[in-house]
Amino acid sequence: MTTIKDLPEEDYFESGHTACPGCGGAMVVRAAMKVLGPNTVVYMPASCLLIFSDMYPLNAFRVPSLQVLFETSAICAAGIKRALKQQGKDDVTVVAFAGDGGTADIGMQALSGAAERNEDILYVCYDNEAYMNTGIQRSGTTPFGAWTTTTPLGPGAEGRGKLEFKKDVPRILMAHDVPYVATASLAFPVDFLKKMEKAKAKKGFRYLHVLAPCPVGWKAESDRTVELAKLAVETGIFTLMEFEDGVFRISREPRFTPVREYLRGQGRFKHLTDGQVAAIEAWVRAKWERDRALAKALGPKAPPSVAVGTLREK
Amino acid sequence: MSEQVHEAAGGRMVTGDYAAAWGARVSRPKVIAAYPITPQTMIIEHLAEFIAAGQLDAEMMRVESEHSALAAVIAAEATGVRTYTATSSQGLALMHEPLFVAPPMHLPIVMSVVNRTVAAPLGIWVEHNDTMPQRDTGWMQVYVEDAQEALDMVLQAYRIAENPDVELPMMIGMDAFLVSHTIESVDLPSPEAADAFLPPFRPPHVYLDPGRPLVVGPAAPPDYIPEVRWETDLRMRRALDVLEDADRAFGAAFGRTYGGALETYRMEDAEIGLVTLGTVTSTAREVVDLYRSTGEKVGLIKLRSFRPFPAEALRRATKDLMALGVFDRAVSYGVGGPTWIEVRNALYDTHDIPVVDFLAGLGGRDVTLEDVSLMIKKTRDAAGRGRAAGGVRWIGTRGVEP
Repeated sequence: MTTIKDLPEEDYFESGHTACPGCGGAMVVRAAMKVLGPNTVVYMPASCLLIFSDMYPLNAFRVPSLQVLFETSAICAAGIKRALKQQGKDDVTVVAFAGDGGTADIGMQALSGAAERNEDILYVCYDNEAYMNTGIQRSGTTPFGAWTTTTPLGPGAEGRGKLEFKKDVPRILMAHDVPYVATASLAFPVDFLKKMEKAKAKKGFRYLHVLAPCPVGWKAESDRTVELAKLAVETGIFTLMEFEDGVFRISREPRFTPVREYLRGQGRFKHLTDGQVAAIEAWVRAKWERDRALAKALGPKAPPSVAVGTLREK
Repeated sequence: MSEQVHEAAGGRMVTGDYAAAWGARVSRPKVIAAYPITPQTMIIEHLAEFIAAGQLDAEMMRVESEHSALAAVIAAEATGVRTYTATSSQGLALMHEPLFVAPPMHLPIVMSVVNRTVAAPLGIWVEHNDTMPQRDTGWMQVYVEDAQEALDMVLQAYRIAENPDVELPMMIGMDAFLVSHTIESVDLPSPEAADAFLPPFRPPHVYLDPGRPLVVGPAAPPDYIPEVRWETDLRMRRALDVLEDADRAFGAAFGRTYGGALETYRMEDAEIGLVTLGTVTSTAREVVDLYRSTGEKVGLIKLRSFRPFPAEALRRATKDLMALGVFDRAVSYGVGGPTWIEVRNALYDTHDIPVVDFLAGLGGRDVTLEDVSLMIKKTRDAAGRGRAAGGVRWIGTRGVEP
């Protein structure tokens, strides 16, 4: 696939699901399923996705799907894959689609275990930066300063939105030396879908982290989902990267649009003080310094020191 | 080592953990997932050895927690293959959440559980406070007395669990150390003999297959859930007959039977009865013989299946008793032993006799001949005084009058 026009017309995640208008998560899953195709088994944890796609008797997937528990996405995908292998159906792609809470928080133990064992699965985290299904509670990936229902505003010292910065899940997965880790954005579909294709083709543990704006939780207009996904990248807040067989690449050098352009128009950031905005700006600068250093240290031209991913049995 | 054992099949000296692992091996699971916990560890070590030796063709998932171990076999079973796992104590407690998932989804997983104390205080010795609280998860649960039964029940468990009328998972409780680590003479059935008893797994109607896309485990509104609960309950009730059939078929194949859901010992003309689970049964048989030798009409009921609960068989076995004692190696604080609660409930409509609860052996404290003898004496003392004479007694507990 080279352009968006090459995308197959067939959908394996179909219209008729009950996601909110402008749901980034639904867009991620639909696009991903176009690449994955029919020879796929899907795992979903308890999540928005489960509720809007597999609430009996409705089903939006044209491939088989399983739900077991909230924190078991990685392990259940691995269990499916092992069973398929024993059945001689090793060609089937097993994908887990989980939100940020199910990935970065409660699902981290199983995720880390599956990554360490290099289970042959594709894990896609659609990151909408809070527990949206339960009503916009703060998660490990909620950004600094964001209002959520558990980081409410008030006159007290804590009443300023989330006090901590976002947990960097892709970097945690990189530390597991898995064959493939990448981030993607809905606003850059060619980059996203190429990464999906690459992830589909590879063996072993593959992880895609896709920013999925949530109009309800972010308190933004539902027609701004793609625009916000784009601004998150162009302001440098969300880095598009790829970590493939031990080589780290930045996929897109942002324009470094002022972060206020991204924060503006999202109700969850409406209260931010100049000091908080300055803290976010400083965080962006520090992150990019680190990401550039990583790209230099682990880039394609770097000597294959102990070329991590290649140590894995193929 | 494994190969030697295989060649000498029939009466080898092995631990209970080895016996359970052998039972799993000859049942040919396709996916095994487990996490180590004392005293279950040898089960998964031996399975890893069988796989490493090329004697068992299975995926072995050495996962990062018991929660993941059970989640993994749930997912694998939902994909249509036979699975096995084993755990104990805290591990089973950590599995509590995924336990609920398997029964409504018709997943006949088999799991050996080495019964061990649940913290606090932390203890590694036998107690049934790990499995008893899993009563309402929809899993069948049975208790075994020795290494041979630990092995045989793995084979029987698959046959029962995979029966289309049942399709429920089963956990097999085996007492920590007293079974798991005690070396006994065990008949190790050959894989071929096991194959003849246990047919290859045929997955239930719904399983994950891209050639036939279906949803396994959807969310559901109240419009659909009560029927799922009712149907799961129905399968648990049906499991009683299936369990009896499996035991008979096992007897025909291997020459050993266990009486199905419960085994009676010298109950024919008994006036005083005692219900036991697990290894205490062996001690209790001795005690019953001692009482019988003095002319006292005492009998024993070894309760093998706790779920499904054999209420009707229990009523039949106890219909002529004057009093019944119940041994419990677990306690529901403020009420009494879980087995006693179940037994008394089963007898309530039909038997006007005292049912006395004996809490003993908690934390792995030894249950002696004298302890069991005292249980029978206390049961006899309550005889003829109606239901009201029942109650809860702590045996062998310092500072507590039994």
